[in-house]
Amino acid sequence: MITLIKHFSLVVFLSSLLTACDTTQKETALNEKTQEITLALTAEPPKLNSLKSADSVSFIILDHLLEGLLRYDQHQQLEPAVAEKWQLTETGATFWLRTNAKWQDGIAVTAHDFVYAWQQVVNPKTASQYAFILYPIKNAEAINEGKLPPEALGVKAIDDFTLEVTFEKNCPYFLELVAFMTYRPARKDLHQQWGNAYAADAKTFIGNGPFTLTEWIHGAKLTLDKNLHYWDKDNISLNRINIPYVTKDPSALFNLFLEEKIATWIPPALGQGSIKKALKEHLPLHKFETGAVFYFEFNHRDERLTSNKHLRKAIQHVIDPYLYTNKVLGVPGNTPAHRLLPKWLMGNKKPLHEEYPLTPISIDEKVAREYLAQAKREMNLETIPPLYLLIDDGGNNGNKTGEFLQEALKDALGLTILLDKQIFKLRLQKQYQGEFDLILTGWAPDYNDPLTFADLFYSQNANNSGKYENPRYDMLIESTYKTTHRKLRAQLFAKMQQILQDDAVVIPLYFRGDIYVMHPRLTGIRRSKTGASINFNYASIIPKPTQPENTAEIEKLPESL
Amino acid sequence: MSETLHTQKTTSYPWLAYAIKRLISGVIAIWFIATATFFGMHLIPGDPLSSEKKMSPQIRKNLEARYGLDKPLLTQYGIFLKNIAKGDFGISFTQENRRVNDIIREHFPISALLGVLALIFATLGGIFLGAFAATHKNQLSDHVIMLMVILVVSVPGFVFAALSQLGIMKINDAFNTDFPIAGFSSLSHLVVPSIVLGLGTLAYLTRLMRSSLLDIESADYIRTAKAKGLSNAQIFAKHKLRNALLPVVTVLGPAVAGITTGGFVVEMIFAIPGLGKYFVEAVQQLDYTVIMGTAVFYGGFLVLTVILVDILYGWVDPRIQVVK
Amino acid sequence: MTTKQTSAKTLEPPKMDEKEFLPYKGRTPDIIQRPSRNYWQQAFSKLKTNPSALISLLIIIALVVFTLIGDKIWTVDPYDQDLTQISSPPSFNKKALVIPDKIHYQPIIQPSKEEYTLKTTSSGMSVIGTPTTQFIAFKWQPVAGAKGYQIFRHEYLPQHIDDLGVPLGENEGGEHVSYLDALRLEPIDYFYSIIPIFDEGQSTQYSTIKLTAMDAIPLSDAVELGIIPIHQKTNYLGKFIHLPAHPLGTDYLGRDLLARLIEGAKTSLFIGVLAPLIFVFLGMLYGGISGFLGGKADEIMMRFVDFIIALPFLLFMILFKVAFGIGPGESGIFPMLMALILLSWPSVARLIRGQVLQLKEMPYIQASKLMGANVFHLTLKHMLPNVTGLLLVTLTFAIPSAIFTEAFLSFIGMGVVPPTPSWGSLCNDGIHTLLTHPHELFFPALFISVTVLAFNLLGDGLRDAFDVKMKEDQR
Repeated sequence: MITLIKHFSLVVFLSSLLTACDTTQKETALNEKTQEITLALTAEPPKLNSLKSADSVSFIILDHLLEGLLRYDQHQQLEPAVAEKWQLTETGATFWLRTNAKWQDGIAVTAHDFVYAWQQVVNPKTASQYAFILYPIKNAEAINEGKLPPEALGVKAIDDFTLEVTFEKNCPYFLELVAFMTYRPARKDLHQQWGNAYAADAKTFIGNGPFTLTEWIHGAKLTLDKNLHYWDKDNISLNRINIPYVTKDPSALFNLFLEEKIATWIPPALGQGSIKKALKEHLPLHKFETGAVFYFEFNHRDERLTSNKHLRKAIQHVIDPYLYTNKVLGVPGNTPAHRLLPKWLMGNKKPLHEEYPLTPISIDEKVAREYLAQAKREMNLETIPPLYLLIDDGGNNGNKTGEFLQEALKDALGLTILLDKQIFKLRLQKQYQGEFDLILTGWAPDYNDPLTFADLFYSQNANNSGKYENPRYDMLIESTYKTTHRKLRAQLFAKMQQILQDDAVVIPLYFRGDIYVMHPRLTGIRRSKTGASINFNYASIIPKPTQPENTAEIEKLPESL
Repeated sequence: MSETLHTQKTTSYPWLAYAIKRLISGVIAIWFIATATFFGMHLIPGDPLSSEKKMSPQIRKNLEARYGLDKPLLTQYGIFLKNIAKGDFGISFTQENRRVNDIIREHFPISALLGVLALIFATLGGIFLGAFAATHKNQLSDHVIMLMVILVVSVPGFVFAALSQLGIMKINDAFNTDFPIAGFSSLSHLVVPSIVLGLGTLAYLTRLMRSSLLDIESADYIRTAKAKGLSNAQIFAKHKLRNALLPVVTVLGPAVAGITTGGFVVEMIFAIPGLGKYFVEAVQQLDYTVIMGTAVFYGGFLVLTVILVDILYGWVDPRIQVVK
Repeated sequence: MTTKQTSAKTLEPPKMDEKEFLPYKGRTPDIIQRPSRNYWQQAFSKLKTNPSALISLLIIIALVVFTLIGDKIWTVDPYDQDLTQISSPPSFNKKALVIPDKIHYQPIIQPSKEEYTLKTTSSGMSVIGTPTTQFIAFKWQPVAGAKGYQIFRHEYLPQHIDDLGVPLGENEGGEHVSYLDALRLEPIDYFYSIIPIFDEGQSTQYSTIKLTAMDAIPLSDAVELGIIPIHQKTNYLGKFIHLPAHPLGTDYLGRDLLARLIEGAKTSLFIGVLAPLIFVFLGMLYGGISGFLGGKADEIMMRFVDFIIALPFLLFMILFKVAFGIGPGESGIFPMLMALILLSWPSVARLIRGQVLQLKEMPYIQASKLMGANVFHLTLKHMLPNVTGLLLVTLTFAIPSAIFTEAFLSFIGMGVVPPTPSWGSLCNDGIHTLLTHPHELFFPALFISVTVLAFNLLGDGLRDAFDVKMKEDQR
């Protein structure tokens, strides 16, 4: 009790009041003189420990603070980062690190930092959610399951600047993986010294990226300053990124932007109301396809009715992604999904969907009823008992989508759908325990390869929450592990997407796209479908045009009201 | 509160004995809150450790050990109580490496500030409106005030919050002004939220103040004062107001606690990073330690505030001597 | 009722109520004796003089009628979705054009192989069919050298190339020169723009067309809604028909808001009335027993009550509500009811116990005891009638706070599970569209407010009528 009272003594209270008040904004969206920009966050980053982070906001912040072996350029192509050169074979990969890459305290980034970080990720003691993304490395899975010591991981520092990786199985997309957050380096000395406090505060954070974390007031403010030890610092033009706002409220964010208090927010996305307002203000709008796909997944476990293919086919022929995306969802930016694999995924030379187009399911109630009749015969049922759709209470898309499905299936097929709405964590639990018939879910890609989606329905994949099991599909997945041949892999994925559609494994609904606003004088922003969705490392401020022209432009906006 | 009786003073420090007694019962109440929270939370079906990406059984085991979830429930309960006694609420489940104490320390002041502003608004407004209504009894202004007061308590807080947000936006649009709509980076962000938060209490205090003033209208000392030839203004300031304020002071304790803990609707809508907002998010995320820490902290705060106000009241008002 | 109670009442010091000083109709100063009226008559006659309480009573009766037989009068199905009428404002006699279900015309015109610069854009855009709120289709002249087009939609006239509005999509291939837009259209003006994309990048010029969407309904939807007969449906193509009336508008799935409010009233009032009934009863039992027993037992029982009252109400409401869990397909009403009861009975218990303690000391009770009355007799004959007024007032005040609590929980998304509507969940839905469609928040909020107001005023009236001192803080 004493400690408690001490904690909340008046002094603390007053001082936090003062800190709360003294953030009265002097910052503007862009400050050309000091080369600073100001942004807002939609949520506090929960974990800035790259070994364990698993959420988009942490990824975005970390992408400025930590650099991996490779990174994406503005066209989403891989480019050298800490590694200068690399070589990928069927059994492993070798990376030659640049010798001038430094941590923010001036110490060189070495191959040992990567070895240590990767061993920590797969170490079950770390309990990293993303440990699985290292599984292509030899022994990673066994270590993660506690069967082998972390030292057995198939990664070795030949010398300070040469890193050698041995694969568990062939991994043609490994270079995409090393750009991912979980593959970034960690400093052994500090990680051990700080223990649990590692990356929990600005004082206990160490990075090697273009920026350093200089201030972190939880839930309220982050400040990133240019890292003077960064190897490419000459090409970094921003001196500081201020993030003094943390709020989810869409209208608050939008108004901050309108008042030029922020250049944009992270991750940027406008809701329907804000889009209407933005149009009224004549603001330039941008669109970014996030790479994620949302869909209804069926439960394929034997004891569930939805394990019957014809029942699934019947439902598949009723749900119209076009109608759903345009009318029910109704937010600009999203695209109706007629297949699971998004169209940005590459096949051999062109996008996969161009090389191997998939005929969309035609929505047809008559066909659906025939399938249903067949399903009833097969299951020997007069009527189909109610089916359960699992949703959660984050946002209101769950409600909308659930009610839409209910009514659509009742009208067309006379099926009863009951909604099972749970708090987020409980939904996850029920999802993995298979307590559902249908679930509204989505998947965001972890790496730039069709496998990141296709793998979801591999019978051995722990994320296959619907427990879809198809030996032919498994075989196709396993074949992709064995080959690096692009054309052959594209063919395999084409076959897989056909199976996913023919078998009605899932019902794709939409590809998520965000409409967002960005300060017109800020350029060089990189957007990515995997990992950190937005990055300001190489952003720069376009100098203001000459004075008279500029005032005219500013006056124009209010007039248009 | 209901145990106050008017009797003669018997000991020299009766309020001290009373205070100790109340504090002990307060501690027991906090224990009860802690217990209710602990078991209520463990009743929630679901697994705080489940995540979007499935994890290996080994990782699960390590995580369980880290948060002490591998121990029997009663052992967990014991550890939990021991830690509370030490003032330690543990580490958050969702915000890696963040101590719940830190979360409370960083976010409670914001809730408290919001609450204090709301309370100041409610108290001053309530006293003024109540006094005004009482002095203009049965006139139009009295009726209007009383009607407003009852209208105010009939609209859900979240509707008020949303409408006031819309209102500011319309004002900003129309007059090209720059009132903050949400978020929290300066005191001005709290003006509208605290008004919205304080409205209910304001309505309650207005009614209380009015009836309390009307009640003492016929008291002997008022008659005496009138007989002495004091002016109406003097009587009002010296006698009526001070005495009418006493019942208002008694409800301030519960009002403080109610406003501070009830503020999270307002916090959610206005995106103010107070503790209430954290609590709702923690429940959705099943963040055991944050749920427990916040509930116990709020409960303790509520209990202690009520006790403190009661003790102060007994100490300040010479007519009242507390005996039980 | 015994006359004892009346006398018991008069034993109390007279209360200085302003109403006592007003001329009282039907009473002349010379008659000293009051007409013999019992407690209830007295209370009722007092209530009758309170116009706001009477109006409130009428409103409450109207609400009950609305809830119970509202769906017999307004027979629209609250669950029926109409995706052609999403979030439409209140309307009684809206006209709409009957249009075919699909437009099939999708021109593919190969662009010529002429020279081009980055400054070229399409020389002309034109509409396909009639632009309606269901879909708007348009085409444009192919642009030489283009490998695709970007399509934008604005609600105001674009001022420059960075101000073309929402990027709707991209057409790949220069020969694809049409676009069909079906994304949530309203009956307003739209400005569609296209920018050709070349190998070297996108053009610096754009073309714009202004199209005005009119209200329309696809043929098959009109048939499904039963507006036009199925056998001669094609006769109606291109004609205007009247859409079903939505006096309070529709929601995000085109469901009738009035019907949903009637359905939601069932949930909200069910929780709002049943929970107080139960917890007032429980509180009465507990408080009565505690007060009756007195002494140590009373002290222990009241300690327990104090603890529960000390729990932060909304926090524990959320916690318990979640803890009781919602099974698949359940509406979530039961856990909410449980949590509400669990947390609310103690304040009633405290009130009743105070009253019982007071009554116990009354001379007539003492007398009754001396005359050998047993516990049942005492309780039924003396205690219960004397606390009924208090109970009634408590109940009346408990209902609005229960309705508020339901609304609050539903508002933060932890209330009833869809598709079951409640006033709170309707508010929650409405707040998402507050900026664009304020009616979706306004009407549910209005119903909550009017109901709560009515119960509050009635409670005030009853309190005055029964002359009940409410010591408890009504928050």
